[in-house]
Amino acid sequence: MHDLYRRYGKGLTYTFIGLTFFWLIVLVVLPDFKLLEASFRPYLPVADIGGPKDVYSLGNYAQIFGNEVPFSIFGIEVMIAARIKVFILTIFYSGVVTLITFLLAYPLSFYLAKVASGKTLPTLFLLLFVPLWVSEVLRSFAWYIILTLKGPLNALLMTLGLISKEIRWIDGYSPVVITLVYAYVLFMLFPLYNAMQSLDSNQIEAAEDLGSPWWRTHLRVILPHAKPGIASGAVMVFMLSAGSLLVPAIINSTTGNWFTQTIQGIMLEGQDWNAGAAFAFMLLLFCTLAVSVAMRVFRVKLSDIAK
Amino acid sequence: MSAGIELDNVCCDFGSFRAVDHVNVNIQPGEFFSFLGPSGCGKTTILRMISGFTDPTEGVIRIGGTDVRGQRPNQRPTALIFQNLALFPLMPIWENIAFGLEVRGVDKAKRRKRAEELLALVDLHDSADKMVSQLSGGQKQRVAIARALAVEPAVMLLDEPLSALDLKLRQHMRAELRAIQKRTGVTFIYITHDQGEALAMSDRVGVMSQGRLQQVANPRDIYNNPVNGFVASFVGENNILKGNVQAAADGMAGFETAIGTFKARLPETSAGKAVKLYVRPEHVALTNAAGAENSVPVTLTEVAFEGNFITVHAVTENGTDMIAELRNDGAGSVPASGSKMHMTFDARNASLLPDSTTTGA
Ligand SMILES: Nc1ncnc2c1ncn2[C@@H]1O[C@H](COP(=O)(O)OP(=O)(O)O)[C@@H](O)[C@H]1O
Ligand SMILES: [Mg+2]
Repeated sequence: MHDLYRRYGKGLTYTFIGLTFFWLIVLVVLPDFKLLEASFRPYLPVADIGGPKDVYSLGNYAQIFGNEVPFSIFGIEVMIAARIKVFILTIFYSGVVTLITFLLAYPLSFYLAKVASGKTLPTLFLLLFVPLWVSEVLRSFAWYIILTLKGPLNALLMTLGLISKEIRWIDGYSPVVITLVYAYVLFMLFPLYNAMQSLDSNQIEAAEDLGSPWWRTHLRVILPHAKPGIASGAVMVFMLSAGSLLVPAIINSTTGNWFTQTIQGIMLEGQDWNAGAAFAFMLLLFCTLAVSVAMRVFRVKLSDIAK
Repeated sequence: MSAGIELDNVCCDFGSFRAVDHVNVNIQPGEFFSFLGPSGCGKTTILRMISGFTDPTEGVIRIGGTDVRGQRPNQRPTALIFQNLALFPLMPIWENIAFGLEVRGVDKAKRRKRAEELLALVDLHDSADKMVSQLSGGQKQRVAIARALAVEPAVMLLDEPLSALDLKLRQHMRAELRAIQKRTGVTFIYITHDQGEALAMSDRVGVMSQGRLQQVANPRDIYNNPVNGFVASFVGENNILKGNVQAAADGMAGFETAIGTFKARLPETSAGKAVKLYVRPEHVALTNAAGAENSVPVTLTEVAFEGNFITVHAVTENGTDMIAELRNDGAGSVPASGSKMHMTFDARNASLLPDSTTTGA
């Protein structure tokens, strides 16, 4: 702020600050409040809006119930509302996406931060970034092509003799999970890379010098140090996955509905913005809850993530 | 328990740069051995080769008689204390110390007990449950020592462990380290660029320059009988005079310089080499009249009274700077700056030395 003032003078500084506030309050906070307020109001014909029927209620939220379908957890079949089922599966598979991105990003970020030489590093980062030059839509379509029944993935696996019959990849939640992992793995990689880079290499060597095998060094020294990075990566990947609409809209199979698609259906096809808003806030609320629980379990503090 | 270390023609290259150059030394079991040399001379590289983090480009390292080529650091009976200590900041002190035991599958109660014993050994009671960040520099130092001792190494490798401490603490820790080494009987290989530290603590010192070992000897010989100019200048101060050897006999020689001919010792190792005359400031005396031999007329340029001794800077007729360090006997008067006097020294205290061992070798 002081720097801004010195560099750009009074006029520009206040313009910057004013624009930032405009963006934050008018374009971000106010619409959200409007939606939150709307989520408690019934969906009425235009003539009735503001009339006696326009009263606050939890009616929109209650719409998540109803239309029960079978759902099996650990082999036990229960009846559950169709939308709740999609809701639970969305949160669950977002968790799966987060876990897989972590499993991919951990060894890779360790390699980049502690093993790769300074000379190859720029090339490696370039290779990581190149896919980002293509839009997310195209990348999702690319995966659609890769995963189709007669597509290159099956062809490759068949040629290598790893499978004898084509696998139906576009089925259930696999295509969404695969594509989300691909889309968001860098959001896990970079915080992890940063965390690992800040680890003094002497600590890794000290552990080894004391007789530690590589896996214990990771478990006791590297992983604990990287925990804040893992946490912020996990929060980003989880939130982005649960809130993603583009990827499931492009690549989803009929048996793998994402909750954002449910919201989209209500808002655009049903034209019921109020119920859509209610569902969106439910998703936000539960995702935040899931993140807080996970942070409790893994003993991560909010201040760690902010670092 | 403790093991000897042999470095047999060990070299280490980083690209085209030779960081360690044909080092040969045989360190005895239970010995306190120091590598002394300026920053960048290859000391850390030697330690990393012994502990297994860097492979020698040439040569063999033997620990307890066994060639350790191919052994990973976690397979070697060595424990390295890093220059920055590298304690684990996310573990409490006792887990830091017991980490090596945890690796070896010792159960938790035993680990805790052993950690507390070791904390007592390094004089750090009641700190078991503290975190690393709560300790002072000297305390961290002790934790690092305890952590290394916990794995009962045959050889302890210490990389300038005291360099981060203030002077008082450093001197205290010198004595402490030496005591711990005596108590445990473990071979200590100690690295330092501080000559006082090396001389005060070690059984033997190896002086290094540019990857080469210049001299290996006990501290007394390193100081009193340096084999070359590098060792003489790096360990203590010197007056250095350039000239040529005239006549040599019985280990003594005449040395002709621009300001006269001097008599000095000519060690066997210097025979036949280009040499300079080295004489330490504390061996130089200041007199009013010229002496019979080894006497230089000088003009005093600066006289610093420092309490227990007086440092006198002077310049000869041809502009060579000389320093004399006079003991303050309490009675003598302090000479005045600007006065013309003579600097004299005993021929037995002056040595004719080549610049470094490797020239011509
Ligand atoms: N990994 C490395 N790669 C390239 N050069 C190195 C490496 N490690 C050390 N060196 C070089 O080797 C020389 C000796 O280094 P080092 O053993 O750390 O010296 P010291 O511990 O005596 O200060 C230095 O010039 C240093 O720059
Ligand atoms: Mg060093």
